[in-house]
Amino acid sequence: MLTRPALLFLGAFAAILMSYTALSLVPKMQLATIEPTPGTEQPFGAQVQGREIYIREGCVYCHTQQVRAPGYGADVERGWGPRGSLPGDYVYDSPHLLGTMRTGPDLRDIASRQPSADWHYAHFYNPRSVSPGSVMPPYPWLFRTVEVGPGGAPGNAVPLPPEFAPGDGLAIVPTGEAEALYAYLMTLKLEPVEAPAPSPATE
Amino acid sequence: MSQPAPSLTTTEAVPLGSPSLSDAVPVDAASWRRRVDASARLPVLAYVLSGVVWLLVGTVFALLASFKLHEADWLGETAALTFGRVRPAHLATMIYGWLSMVDVGIMIWLWGRLLKTEVRHPWVLLASCALWNVGMVVGTVGLLAGFSTGVEWVEMPVAAFFCIVPALGLVAFALLSSLGRRRVRHLYISVWYLGACMLWTPILLVAVLLPIYSGVPHATVNWWFAHNILGLWLTPVGLAAAYYFIPKVVGRPVYSYHLSYLGFWTLALFYNWAGVHHLVGGPPPQWLVTVSIVFSVMMIIPVLVVAVNHHMTAFARIRRVLYSPTLRFVVFGAMSYTVVSLQGALMPFRSLMEVTHFTHHTIAHSHLGVYAFATMVAFGSVYYLLPRVTGWEWASRRLIALHFWTTGLGIGMYVVGLTVGGIQQGLLMNDASVPFLDVVIATKPWLWSRSIAGVLITVGHLTFAWLVWQIVRHRGPAPDGPVYFRPPPTGLFGRGDGGRAPVADSSLL
Ligand code: HEC
Ligand code: HEM
Repeated sequence: MLTRPALLFLGAFAAILMSYTALSLVPKMQLATIEPTPGTEQPFGAQVQGREIYIREGCVYCHTQQVRAPGYGADVERGWGPRGSLPGDYVYDSPHLLGTMRTGPDLRDIASRQPSADWHYAHFYNPRSVSPGSVMPPYPWLFRTVEVGPGGAPGNAVPLPPEFAPGDGLAIVPTGEAEALYAYLMTLKLEPVEAPAPSPATE
Repeated sequence: MSQPAPSLTTTEAVPLGSPSLSDAVPVDAASWRRRVDASARLPVLAYVLSGVVWLLVGTVFALLASFKLHEADWLGETAALTFGRVRPAHLATMIYGWLSMVDVGIMIWLWGRLLKTEVRHPWVLLASCALWNVGMVVGTVGLLAGFSTGVEWVEMPVAAFFCIVPALGLVAFALLSSLGRRRVRHLYISVWYLGACMLWTPILLVAVLLPIYSGVPHATVNWWFAHNILGLWLTPVGLAAAYYFIPKVVGRPVYSYHLSYLGFWTLALFYNWAGVHHLVGGPPPQWLVTVSIVFSVMMIIPVLVVAVNHHMTAFARIRRVLYSPTLRFVVFGAMSYTVVSLQGALMPFRSLMEVTHFTHHTIAHSHLGVYAFATMVAFGSVYYLLPRVTGWEWASRRLIALHFWTTGLGIGMYVVGLTVGGIQQGLLMNDASVPFLDVVIATKPWLWSRSIAGVLITVGHLTFAWLVWQIVRHRGPAPDGPVYFRPPPTGLFGRGDGGRAPVADSSLL
């Protein structure tokens, strides 16, 4: 006969096994063969490095990467994407970066709405230089300060408003890390799909 | 030995620690308790002290994260202190450092008391504590240095978990082998909770760390885990402690022992399905989120059961919260558990989540759980057990009161501010005509209120840490009896309940 503690452990084990199977393994199998949606491409090179920087700096704590379908929230109306997110948008995501907090806007479609490298560099260097009142942290360690030579500022100098500029005779240029982060953001693009995305909002 | 509860109908309903138990105990109650407490002394002290150190570290990260959310340029030049690194460091130190470690300390102590047996293998437990601390240092430094895994709730570099999971295994080994030596027939409900979570927690950690997920299934396993580390680890320990300390201090058996079984099994069956409600409106398959919402709502059953049991037990003699620090903290925690769980069971409705999802409302909710419930219960438990394992008394009742009021009011302000602020944030965000920056600016006053609350709570934490240090070092004049907020009327606390005999007569009840 099973002793009481053995029964207890067995029951507890069964409970967790069931939910793990249903919530983790079944979706894994259900989505194993899913096709990437059009426009979803596997990142490579600098884009991969950029994704690692996104993880390292914890952008995920303020930015989601999941657009809610029309009718649930105002994501599409805000211009955060042309449609709700689909599982196929994430086939190359490991680890996933869906996020659950929107201190800042959703970024799953940032490449469509803000392609300007100059804007992003100024924003990374100090978000308040382009978005007054923003609470996004500055990332100056993704940049170098260089002296402006006789030939003028380097071609890749970040255009900054005077109160954020480093001072006379100096310029801010992106490092490879800032460029990689930008390259990664430019992979975040949602394209409309033929069949309208089934709205997860309708119950 | 005075009887704490004169009218006991069934022996089952007696909390095992209480002296009226009829199980065969080798010696008189006072001396077996002394023996049990002595056997647990070193491991309990090691875990509790480690927990308190991580509490202080986590508090520093909390303040940094909180102020940085409205003063973004403060310390903005230092990569290691950027918000996106400090925030996971806060979570890791608070969850895996403070709460988990202090909970293991409480667990070891309760285990010995409830099974009336010496805790076996104290050196294994000490080694596990050392290993755990190594993991925490590696993990915290790793996070600040930029080696996050990027998976929420398990951001620490995997090396940290390679220390923590085996440490948990060692704890389970020592406690299970003590279980084999128990001197009671009947297993009190707290033992159920503790035993089950000893099994669940390593499984949870291993399951989420398996390198086999990507994309949407990774997100579902992530939130299955994150919700369960609360529901199947921090909650069971908190409930086990409340189930022990409330009857103990109140001096009555739990209201209904049968209900407590129901509460246990419904928690075990329902809670672990609830996590995917974190992904409502997102890309996971619809059925998954719906299942999670259904189970979240079913959580009402275990919550109400536990609520009835705890509150009916406590309210019968609720005046004791005026005197007993343990009871006051634990009852605060138990009431918060009811509130946070009912909120959790009602919130997942899609129409409400449409507003509150993705906002500071979620942060308020999580602090109601991890702080107002789990942390407050842990404080109360430490107030009870440290005098027993150190053989000394708390240095100052005024400072205990300061600790209670700063943390109690602080967390109240924290939760109310961000709950309201989060709803406002959500409503504005769902109105596409409001520019996003206006939403950001509208939220700032609420973030300020959190920072002020955080300072208040920090005062409480420093006070608590100081008190712990004093009692461990046996500082101050030799105590002449238990410390209450105010002198209780004679005879209110018999020797068998919240009170204890003067240390002088060395019966550390
Ligand atoms: C403390 C929270 C926070 C963190 C951390 C954070 N951001 Fe932001 N982010 C914001 C806020 C608030 C805004 C909106 C105001 C603005 O434009 O700065 C924003 C805006 C943005 C935008 C512009 C979005 C748009 O719709 O125009 C981009 C791009 C961005 N952030 C990228 C990042 C990246 C990359 C990281 C990590 C290196 C990051 N953010 C980290 C809060 C944060
Ligand atoms: C001094 C009091 C505290 C303050 C000021 C504080 C502040 C914060 C801040 C600013 C965040 C980040 C929120 C965001 O990303 O927007 C956070 C998250 C978190 N904190 Fe605290 N905290 C405190 C105490 C605690 C304690 C004691 C615990 C645990 C025992 C804790 C556990 C957590 C958890 C789990 C999260 C993640 C929440 C989530 O993802 O939903 N905090 N806290």
